Amino acid sequence: MEIDASPLLDVRHLSTHFVTDEGVFRAVEDLSFQLRRGEFLGLVGESGCGKTTAMLSVLRLLPAAGRIVAGEVRLEGEDILALEAAEMRRVRWRKMSIIFQGAMNALNPVRSVGDQIAEALVLHEMAPTYHQAGKRVAELLELVGIDAARADQYPHQYSGGMRQRAMIAMALACNPQIVIADEPTTALDVMIQAQILELLERLQGELGLAVILVTHDLSVVAEVCHNVLVMYGGVLAEYATVDAIYNEPLHPYTRLLLEAFPDLSRPDARLVSIPGQPPRLNALPAGCRFAPRCPMVIDRCRVEAPPVRQVRPGRWATCHRIDEEGV
Amino acid sequence: MSAAPTAVDARRSLVPETVLEVEGLFKHFPLPRGLVGALLGRPGRVVHAVDGVSFTLGRGEILALVGESGCGKTTTALSLMGLLPASAGSIRFNGQDVTHLSGRPDGAARATVAALDGAAYRREPSVFPSLTLKRLRRQIQMIFQDPYESLNPRATVYEAVAEPLEVHGLEPDSESRLARVCRALEDSGLKPAQAFLGRLPHELSGGQRQRVVIAGALVLEPSLIIADEPVSMLDVSIRADILNLLDDLRTRRGISILYITHDLGTAACFTDRIAVMYLGRIVEIGPTRRVLADPQHPYTRALLSVVPVPNPRLRRKRLILSGETPNPIDLPSGCRFRPRCPVAVDRCAIVDPGLTLVGEGHQAACVLVEGDRPAAT
Repeated sequence: MEIDASPLLDVRHLSTHFVTDEGVFRAVEDLSFQLRRGEFLGLVGESGCGKTTAMLSVLRLLPAAGRIVAGEVRLEGEDILALEAAEMRRVRWRKMSIIFQGAMNALNPVRSVGDQIAEALVLHEMAPTYHQAGKRVAELLELVGIDAARADQYPHQYSGGMRQRAMIAMALACNPQIVIADEPTTALDVMIQAQILELLERLQGELGLAVILVTHDLSVVAEVCHNVLVMYGGVLAEYATVDAIYNEPLHPYTRLLLEAFPDLSRPDARLVSIPGQPPRLNALPAGCRFAPRCPMVIDRCRVEAPPVRQVRPGRWATCHRIDEEGV
Repeated sequence: MSAAPTAVDARRSLVPETVLEVEGLFKHFPLPRGLVGALLGRPGRVVHAVDGVSFTLGRGEILALVGESGCGKTTTALSLMGLLPASAGSIRFNGQDVTHLSGRPDGAARATVAALDGAAYRREPSVFPSLTLKRLRRQIQMIFQDPYESLNPRATVYEAVAEPLEVHGLEPDSESRLARVCRALEDSGLKPAQAFLGRLPHELSGGQRQRVVIAGALVLEPSLIIADEPVSMLDVSIRADILNLLDDLRTRRGISILYITHDLGTAACFTDRIAVMYLGRIVEIGPTRRVLADPQHPYTRALLSVVPVPNPRLRRKRLILSGETPNPIDLPSGCRFRPRCPVAVDRCAIVDPGLTLVGEGHQAACVLVEGDRPAAT
């Protein structure tokens, strides 16, 4: 797979905070990454590490309490954080779309699936009427492997895997260049999960899509992604190619995440868990956010937050303990 | 932990090593025929949820029951718990037939219960007012998938874990009840227990909630735990903890575990044997390492090929089966896996293969492995 070198999406020093009665939650801090055309990026981390917030910030879909306090998001060179709301609405769906976590359960039960996809087409001016949207609906359904004759059926007549495919079809309705898939396979069986991953891979190849796969499951990422961004407590922990992440992980958190995984090729290895919990984002530790759980912690980690730095060509990490020779 | 080993040893010498014996278990759900169907005298249609399942579970053994949604894993578990009456077949627990235990005490049930734990019954018979299913459930406990939904949001950790004791009329003395709750919590990895007693579920993380659920099962000191997808709702970093905890319970307390999952990956890391289910039947069963290293049934091979491997250098061709488990109402002729099977031959449409011995303790139900081998018993 060829990956175009010019970044399609360029996120620089993005910080998002939630201001609530219980204080300020620094959900995303100083996050930078790039996404190229046709790239499959994995965004990985435990629950509550800021993955979804980062993606909602990129799409400017944050809930009312959320504020982007710093940084910029450039889509094909244009800073979309500066756009008017109406302009932003045209960017969503046409340039970037998102498949939300558990979205397959968000289909309206009393309207046919085809009708709901047509609605997206009409609202985004891809078709003048529902009737004229029919042909495109059929195309989209066939694209994701659903018989177009089933467009008139209702969500309850679809299985879980088919509903998820229908959501993917909807996300593709306006020919976006970027699709963000937030835990698209969680709650699905392994066989259906494999079907959905295969579908995303195929679409990426056929349509030249760039995909951001948000997940807590590192093994899913290993199967399909080119690059991986590991987040911890709202900050970038490590960014590298998928091969480097799995075969030469540098950040202690990445290493622990990998060890926590059942590996069929090593059935006798006892699983290692990561003691403790991710930090509360309104009461962050003073130094490195991972310091309280880190097996390699030194005094410096507890007082000074490590900056994001390039530790190898094309690899970034946030850790004091990584130097030129390795860890 | 302190007193447990002796109790286990004592019980071990009294009962046979096989804890659970399931023989030809069927669970069918008849569908309503509708008015027209009834008037025309059409035959009623039936969901064959569990269709002839047999297996045994030894003391301190962990058996994984693996399969896709709708293959009958959970129905099997609910039948074992007596939550769904079996349509046919038998379930023997510690050597006693418990298939038809009911909620009302009768002579046979009384005898069963007395045999289950005779010493305790003779010591304090008043503890067992209803000597039946309820008594069985003290021995078989279940852990469900979603710890966010299986805990009462208004009950404290103490109340949640003490409730089973109350239901079964155990430890009426508040001090000894507290001690038993604390021991269950600490055995479930919530240490120190005192710090958790007064907490409400929303003050706990997902992993801690699942530990509370496990403590609620442990507090009755069961000999069998049925864990239905206990980690599929949890983050990867916590999964390892819960699976290791289940492994420890087996080692320390000699508890047998039936681990129900759709994920062969987690089953691989701590179970002794694996049974793969498809459309209400076990299609392959055997020691975990043998099943993983040398799967015999094409369905097992496909399931194995789609378990994500956390190493991009090992990306391999996935054997993706199209569609999903077909509905268990209109079963295909011959082998029920045939419509999705990548290697099906003509004979598969005619022969419904039974389990065949393919190695030591390893059986598979496929016409392609049958060959000249004798059928397994």
